[in-house]
Amino acid sequence: MNMPTDQAALDALIRQRLDEILPQKLEELKASRTPSMTIIATKGTLDWAYPPFILASTAAALGWNVSIFFTFYGLNLLKKDISDLKVSPLGNPGMPMKMPFGPGWFKSINWNIPNLIQAGIPGFESVATMLMKQTIKNNGVADIAELRSLSVEAGVEMIGCQMTVDLFGFTRDDFIPEVKEYCGAATFLPMAQQADVSLYM
Amino acid sequence: MNFDKELDAKGLNCPLPILRAKKALADMGSGQVLRIMATDPGSVKDFAAFAKQTGNELLSTAEKGKEYEFFIKRK
Repeated sequence: MNMPTDQAALDALIRQRLDEILPQKLEELKASRTPSMTIIATKGTLDWAYPPFILASTAAALGWNVSIFFTFYGLNLLKKDISDLKVSPLGNPGMPMKMPFGPGWFKSINWNIPNLIQAGIPGFESVATMLMKQTIKNNGVADIAELRSLSVEAGVEMIGCQMTVDLFGFTRDDFIPEVKEYCGAATFLPMAQQADVSLYM
Repeated sequence: MNFDKELDAKGLNCPLPILRAKKALADMGSGQVLRIMATDPGSVKDFAAFAKQTGNELLSTAEKGKEYEFFIKRK
């Protein structure tokens, strides 16, 4: 019977051609594919508002498809007014406490204030937030509202966690109308599965 | 070098120079050249990476004191 021999020859031929063609084809596919990124934003303070919006807006500028899933305190970042975001040096030992004004030697001092004192002074958090905002401005770093609108403009998809909306008693009216959808983990995970980059913040 | 549009990104920090450049390029025609002035030292590497990833050609990078000058040709 000839059949098995022909079959084997055909298989060998196909395998050989595949080896020749496949690497180039894969390169082409890789080059034509749009990279994608999903981010889970879980924090709602001024300092932690930066990483998701910086990376999302930059990835969009690079031509990537980007989605951010805002959950728990991260949902704060979707509120219509985010001018009241705060940063706390309390229990945040990595945060330098430096003054955004005065001569260079003064600005470089790190004010190492013990947590106990920070917690005991009324308004300490407001002062720290004010100083941080001034530092951000002095250094030409974008404010959060600007970064967020740049992200929206660049096509970054904003997704709200429905469970958090219910949990903290928000209504959808509290958030910017650009939020694409409100959903749960089961909707987000398949998106993350398809993404090239998935980050938790 | 001749250019068709200019972007002043001096005093701006990461990622604003890139975002503004992307916006400026979007309004330009294929083959046109954008000149960017920046002061962010990180922008040197960032513009190289941006050009590579987006396919727009980085024609030149120059350092002038504390300023950086980039020419990018829109693809």
